[in-house]
This record gives sequence, structure tokens and C-alpha cells, in this order.
Amino acid sequence: MVTLTAPETHAPAAAAQEGATENAAVDLADSPVRNLNQALHDATDGQSWTVTNPGGKHSLAVGIDAHVSVSINGHAGYYAAGMHQKGEVTITGNAGVGLAENIMSGKVHVHGDASQSAAATGHGGLVVIDGNAGARCGISMKGVDIVVGGNIGHMSAFMAQAGRLVVCGDAGDALGDSIYEARIYVKGNVASLGADCIEKQMESEHLDELGALLAAAGRAENPADFKRYGSARNLYHFSVHNSTSY
Amino acid sequence: MCGIAALQLRNPSLHPEMGSLLSSMMCQIVDRGPDSAGLAVYDTPGLVSKGTSTVSLLGKDQGLPVDDIAASLESLLSSSAAPAVRVVGDTTLVSAAVGTDLLVKAVSETLPDSTIIGRGEHVAVMKSVGHPMDIAAEHGLEAMSGRQGLSHTRMATESAVTAGGSHPFSVADDLCLVHNGSFSNHATIRRELKREGVVFDSDNDTEVGARYIASRLQQGDDLETALTNLGKVFDGFYTLVVTTADSMAVVRDPIACKPAIIAETDDYVAMASEYRALAALPGIETARIFEPEPGKVYTWSL
Repeated sequence: MVTLTAPETHAPAAAAQEGATENAAVDLADSPVRNLNQALHDATDGQSWTVTNPGGKHSLAVGIDAHVSVSINGHAGYYAAGMHQKGEVTITGNAGVGLAENIMSGKVHVHGDASQSAAATGHGGLVVIDGNAGARCGISMKGVDIVVGGNIGHMSAFMAQAGRLVVCGDAGDALGDSIYEARIYVKGNVASLGADCIEKQMESEHLDELGALLAAAGRAENPADFKRYGSARNLYHFSVHNSTSY
Repeated sequence: MCGIAALQLRNPSLHPEMGSLLSSMMCQIVDRGPDSAGLAVYDTPGLVSKGTSTVSLLGKDQGLPVDDIAASLESLLSSSAAPAVRVVGDTTLVSAAVGTDLLVKAVSETLPDSTIIGRGEHVAVMKSVGHPMDIAAEHGLEAMSGRQGLSHTRMATESAVTAGGSHPFSVADDLCLVHNGSFSNHATIRRELKREGVVFDSDNDTEVGARYIASRLQQGDDLETALTNLGKVFDGFYTLVVTTADSMAVVRDPIACKPAIIAETDDYVAMASEYRALAALPGIETARIFEPEPGKVYTWSL
């Protein structure tokens, strides 16, 4: 498997100490999103931003590639924190379609709900959604960890290749359809499983990793209350006998 | 891609602000459909009035002077019907104190080439080609009051960019439909409806949806049942908003490809394609905000 990301590096301690006090305030009611994103692209490790009046605008805090911290106070529109690396984005509100799409590393935390396709195609990092996520959460995930406090919609983790998806509420129809090696943990009910996705035994390693993910997301659920789902590995290679299952 | 913004006002004290609120919502969905647009407003003084029917006609120029149209209608109806003809933006509104069917008949006789885009006792429908905010300004949306408002910005896919192909589609009394998406089997359903005697104004897929709902309502369905039936018969992608004289409904297809978000407070129910269209509404900070579930019909009545 080829990974396109550089190995995760931690912020240099010196930079973190020197720059930690710098906090820029951006009011999107009178400042364009493009300026915010340009400043984030020019940022150095340790800087932080507080963004007010996001008003559901699209593409907030996309393309971060430094150990910075961004707090968005309000609801974000489409593609918030897309293509995210290294830094931390917190949204105190809801997020629109395509939250943290293609996230590579770092953390994105939404205190409200997220619309469809949250963390789609994510390669790494952690996406935490305290509320519900819409349809297609973690579609084609490739290594990202996702923790959802509420429910997720239909077709979530479709073609999920790697990473972990944790759902503290219920999952919609066709969970994990055509899943590869991602692991799914659901506490509540699953409306239906997709093709080639099955319930699997919870071993101690799974309880441990689930416990660590819940802790990283700041949640108090008991890992023993969850069920694990993953690939039956029947559809990996084309077989004419499976033609009706694809 | 198209944009939808709809507003039902529960608190009468907000009625005078209907137009300005809807205009601020519409402004945020222009990017989703900049080629043409349409509006439906309910119980707006100056456009409709109690005890009279109003027929909305596409275009400001009907080929006859306004006074001649009124005179012809008066001779066809009666002087007590007191027909009135007004041009608002790119729309001609005809009102008279008679039933809608009678007024539609008289209008069709007077102006056989006209296209009726709205009818009823409560609704006025306005639509045109061009930048949505120019269309809204031309019709004076900002200053309109009312109980409900519906707006649509169109990015045409299934039929040509024409005023007639703009939404809303209003094909029965006070009934309006707007659509984000596309119906893939509309030609088949159109043929079936035509066989039942339904007449179409355009080649648009959404018109088929509107005619289908009108046909179901006529057969006794309530709005919720009509939309459930639509889900069984129509194939394709859709987020739909339907308004009647006193209710509003929202439904998304079971795959939920097309966006929708709803904000509800004691004062109003607002629906839009994207949250940014709701961001400026009063009390949005404490509103109940949610995305409608796939395939589920939501209705709200005044």
C-alpha cells in the first residue's frame, strides 16, 4: 500500500512554546473566506485563530498544513476543514456537506451535526462529530478515524478501505457496503448491512482500540457496549458466482 | 444543481417582512442556479385579495393593452366580477371576483397564447430568465408581505433555459412545486398523464411532478399521501418543496443526493438548499435545525 503523506511529525517544541500565545480573530461578516484560508496556508506551527460569524460559508479552513489551531464559532457550510493536515479545527456548530474531506492527519471536531459525506476519502487523522452525521459518512475512507456521538445516515463507510468508524448512536441502511479493511464499531442499531459487510467478534485488541478512540474523542461510552462490523472478504476478487452481490 | 428557499411564517407580526426575509435567503442560493428563477408568494396584499381569484401569466406583454384585457374579461364574466389586470415585473396578474376555473376560462379565451403560471385565491407566481436577484428586484420581492414564500434559482438540466421552464410549477389552485434534481422517467409518466387528459405547458420534468401531485390531490390524496405516491412512481433525484394555501411540504428522494436543511422556530419554518440561506433569519441561533431524512415527507400547516 502506498501512502502519499509524509510521516506524522509533531510540532517542534520550541515553535509551540514561542507561538502559542498568538491568537488571531477573524470576523467573516466583514472579511472574505479567501483571506482566512490564505493566512492559514501561510501559518507557522503554534498559531491559532478564532473565527466568528461563519454564516454557513463554504470551504472554511481548508488546506491547513501546519500545527495550528482554528476555532470556528457557528455553523460552517460545505467542505469545511477539507484536505486537512497536522492542525486542529473545532467547529462550535453544524458542518455542511463534505466535512474534512480527504483529511490526511490532525483533528477536526464538530460540536453539532455534520451533513453527508463527512470525512470522505480521509487518509488519516481524527474526525469527531458530537451530534449526528448524514448519509455516506466515511465513504471511501482510507485510514481516517471517525467518532460520531449520534447517528449516521445510509451508505456510510461505503468502500471503506482503512481506518476506524465509531458510532455511538444508530447507523442507517447499507452500512459498510463493499467494505475492505476499515473497522466499524456501532453502539446502537444498524438499519441494514451493505454487501460483504458482517458483524465480527469483539476481541481484546478491538476493545482496546475502541477505548482509545472514544477517549481521544472525549467520550465516556463503554467499549463493551459496541458491536464490530467489517468485511467478509468475499468480494475482494471478481468471481462470476458473486455477480449478483456486487 | 438548483437552489431552493422557502418560508412559512407562523407569527403574523413577521408577515410584513416576508419579502425581505425571502429575498435575503434567495440571495444565498443564487450560485446554485443563476440562469433563471421564480417566486411564489401567498396572501400578499396588492397581488391577491380575499374573495377574488388571481391568475398569474408569464410575461409582461400579453399582446393586448391591459385595459383591453380587462374589458374583454368584463364582457366574458360580468361587471360585478370587477376584473383587474396588473403588470408586476415580468408577470401579468389578472384578478376577478369569480371562481378560479371561470377566470382561467375567460383568460384563455381573451389571451389564447398566454401561459398560466399560477392560479388561486392566495398565490401569485412570478418567474423569468436572468439573474435571480434581478428577477426578485424587478418584481419588488423585498417589499412584499405575506404568509408564505417560495423561491427557486435554476440551473437547467432536463429542458431549455426558458421562463416557462423556471420553477415554481403551479398547476392547481394555490399549489406550487419547486424541485432540485431531475426526474429520469418523466417522459413515461407524462404519457400516462396525457392519456388521462392532463395538458402540459412545457417539456420540463418538474412540470410532470406538479401535474402528478395535482392529479393525486384531485383523486382525494392529502398532500403527504400525494408525495408518498410520487416517491413510488418517480425515479430520479429530488428535493421537493410543495406549498398550498395553508401548508408547506418537503421531501427528498430515498438516496438523498440533493441537499436540504430546515430551521424551525415558534415564528416560522424555513427550508433551504444550504444553511447559509438560513443564517440571517431572526432567532436562527435558537432554531431547531435539521436535515430532512431521505424519503420522509415533512408537512407544516398554518
